[in-house]
Amino acid sequence: MNFVLIFLILIFSLSLFFYGRSKTKSISIEQNIKLNALPKFYGYYLVLWCSIPALVFLLIWSLFEPTIIKSIIIEVAANQGAIFNDKNEANLIYEKIKAIHLGTYIGDIDSILRESALSYAKFINLFTNSKIVLIFGIVIASVIYSLNKIKNNNKARDDVEVILKGLLFVSSLIAILTTLGIIFSLLFESIKFFSVINIFDYLFGTNWSPQKAFVNDASLITEAEYAELKDAFGFIPLIAGTSFIAFIAMLVAVPVGLFSGIYMAEYASSKVRRVSKPIIEILAGIPTVVYGFFAALTVGPFFRQVGENLGLTVSSESALAAGLIMGIMIIPYISSLSDDVINSVPQSLRDGSYAIGATKSETIKKVVIPAALPGIIGSVLLAVSRAIGETMIVVMAAGLAANLTINPLDSTTTITTQIVMILVGDQEFDSPKTQSAFALGLTLFIATLILNYIAQRAVKKYREKYD
Amino acid sequence: MTKEQRLKKRHSAEKRFRFYGLASIFIALLFVVILVHNIFSKGSSAFMKTAINVDVFFDQELLGIPNNPSKEQISDADLYDVAIESILKVYPASGLDQENALIDLFTIDAEIEIKKALIKNPNLIGKTITLEITASDDIDQLHKGNYPRELPEDRRRISDYQLQIYDTLVEDNKIVKNFNTYYFQNGDSRDPELAGIGGALVGSFYSIIICLLLAFPVAVLASIYLEEFAPKNKITDFIEININNLAAVPSIVYGLLALQILLATIQLPRSTALVAGITLALMTLPRIIIPCRASLKAVPPSIREGALAVGASKFQSVFHHVVPLALPGTLSGTIIGLAQALGETAPLILIGMVAFVVDIPSTPIDPSSSLPVQVYLWSESAERGFVEKTSATIMMLLSFLIVMNFLAVYLRQKFEKRWN
Repeated sequence: MNFVLIFLILIFSLSLFFYGRSKTKSISIEQNIKLNALPKFYGYYLVLWCSIPALVFLLIWSLFEPTIIKSIIIEVAANQGAIFNDKNEANLIYEKIKAIHLGTYIGDIDSILRESALSYAKFINLFTNSKIVLIFGIVIASVIYSLNKIKNNNKARDDVEVILKGLLFVSSLIAILTTLGIIFSLLFESIKFFSVINIFDYLFGTNWSPQKAFVNDASLITEAEYAELKDAFGFIPLIAGTSFIAFIAMLVAVPVGLFSGIYMAEYASSKVRRVSKPIIEILAGIPTVVYGFFAALTVGPFFRQVGENLGLTVSSESALAAGLIMGIMIIPYISSLSDDVINSVPQSLRDGSYAIGATKSETIKKVVIPAALPGIIGSVLLAVSRAIGETMIVVMAAGLAANLTINPLDSTTTITTQIVMILVGDQEFDSPKTQSAFALGLTLFIATLILNYIAQRAVKKYREKYD
Repeated sequence: MTKEQRLKKRHSAEKRFRFYGLASIFIALLFVVILVHNIFSKGSSAFMKTAINVDVFFDQELLGIPNNPSKEQISDADLYDVAIESILKVYPASGLDQENALIDLFTIDAEIEIKKALIKNPNLIGKTITLEITASDDIDQLHKGNYPRELPEDRRRISDYQLQIYDTLVEDNKIVKNFNTYYFQNGDSRDPELAGIGGALVGSFYSIIICLLLAFPVAVLASIYLEEFAPKNKITDFIEININNLAAVPSIVYGLLALQILLATIQLPRSTALVAGITLALMTLPRIIIPCRASLKAVPPSIREGALAVGASKFQSVFHHVVPLALPGTLSGTIIGLAQALGETAPLILIGMVAFVVDIPSTPIDPSSSLPVQVYLWSESAERGFVEKTSATIMMLLSFLIVMNFLAVYLRQKFEKRWN
């Protein structure tokens, strides 16, 4: 239906283009006046006026129609005598009614459902018809308005450019809308979560076991259940595991990445640079699921085997394996950023150091790196934020149980792993368990935001210093 | 310490430092080699499959179809008995246990394979023909040498009796290897020998196309606005900070966004390529805007001023001159962004693409999988045969990424103008 409408709107506006172009031409010849713009701009003007308002309306309508129809139908079903205790049951009844309407429902249809399905059909019809009528009206109104304008020989080029500029502006607003969407969707569920679980219990609790949260309706839980629930969502083990794995990753990535960056910037001939830089950057292009597969099926068992030979007990989901592979993934981020940063240290600083007899490595250690330090710290912080937000490697290679441990051979879990574990498969909305995933997401979002902000500020400050 | 000793010490420190740098680069390169070697050595065997030559007798009585049957009659016919009879003739098995062991050497789709042969050539009724029937996963892995025969019998899935049959078949040259068409044509399956990436390929294709259609125009328009038209004010600054931050938001957060907004609020269908495409578009958008802006910025102001000087409007100078010149950089940035989106897994898991989907999706609103999610799903499976399937899927994924990245580099080098 929508596709037909869009198609019709587009066809109609396209034909208006030719109409507008020839109409203004003939007006200028008949009345012997000079047009304020080339005839094609009048065509564009009509096209934009005819299509944009109608398409925007259609988009907004389609976004809200399902939700509105759903709430109406659930109300209707309730009036018919359908009984449901919570949102999930209401959703189920709605899906049933929809399936009956589409003729795909298998099972017994009682009178309540049948009546509701009939009114569903009625409402769908009503909505579709009013949508068509409204769009028709909008198109006619905007065409009349714009035709009037071009008859008065408006400055069509300027007007078209104003509209297009508006379009450009709206496109750039989509980034803000996305941010708002993220904040809204995370906050919405998190607030529900924190209305059940005290935020301090969450932030400072030392026990994470969301599978305990079997209650669906938070308002009905007993005192004893609540006490247990309170203990189930402690954030400390997760942040500990996340930081621990990120720390191991940094132990690998910072020295290797930094030294490769230094070598690339200061020592490598342009030939070596040309070959090795893209190869290192391959590491950044490999999907993280590939690293996860490698860590889980090759590195983890390998460490376990080595540990057994040495007489150590190594978990096959050890933090070490996940951290090591994550570190390798992060190498290119640090190496290419620090390469850039070191390259932008002015040559005069190096020359001054050489002039007083320092060797190349002494110059690098005593002059170049201190000068580049803010930028290097920025690149490390960006790498840390990537490490704590990394998902697939830890989902596949790190453990699921939230252990508070600092033994790298033990298994531990991370924030992202828990989000995936909670949300994979069927989840009941409105249970504290599902909501906790959003609270974790919010925490993760805020943490990476802060890290990125500091890192970007550091890099920017540093760039300005030497520009 | 004398002057010479000190100098020697300083020079050896210099050499050491240089060595650390070289060693770091070497470690990174070594890891690339190890990873690629590991994946290729595990995965390349998945492109072949093992089949066993079976003499199939199309007994008209067992088939229960009349002379000169129509197409429908053949495709409705029950070939189970024919398949079992033919398989049992491969090796003299006695007793139910041994017969079952023999039947277990073949894929559970043996019946369907025989039926396909019959549909292709209905004249076979009443005749005997040698068909290559796909072997079960265990035999497939055994034949490829991935299966440890040395284990004691109670620790492996193939019994000694089955090994005996297998060895006899090998001696009789009845076991063949041929190209694994199932791997490319089929959807997911619980049986490794039947599982394929057909569904995942189609799903990935749809998601990337939707992502391209949504992200590319918006990203180009947004970067044109920010680079060419935006006044320097608080709003513009805010948009810029926003875009930079969005590019660094962990991808899983986009999964949560999609779950809450696209699935729960707008009620788009779960585990579909449509939702995946929209999610990936939101995620890719800032990652495309940044290179697009860079390539617009690289066009020298003289171009704009020249256009303005001959009377073009600001819009004409941008759209007729600046944008075409920036296009190669824009396109290559987009392709790299899409390549990242193609390998993205975490947000797709959250929108339910981990569902077990056997059918190959025909539209973007059918449930589907995608290549990286398929890698994740298969890597969690216990069967040995899925290890090679997973590695092969990674090989496919990596080769797509390599092609896309080369395309991006080629576009930039071939068409981009150097201004200095």
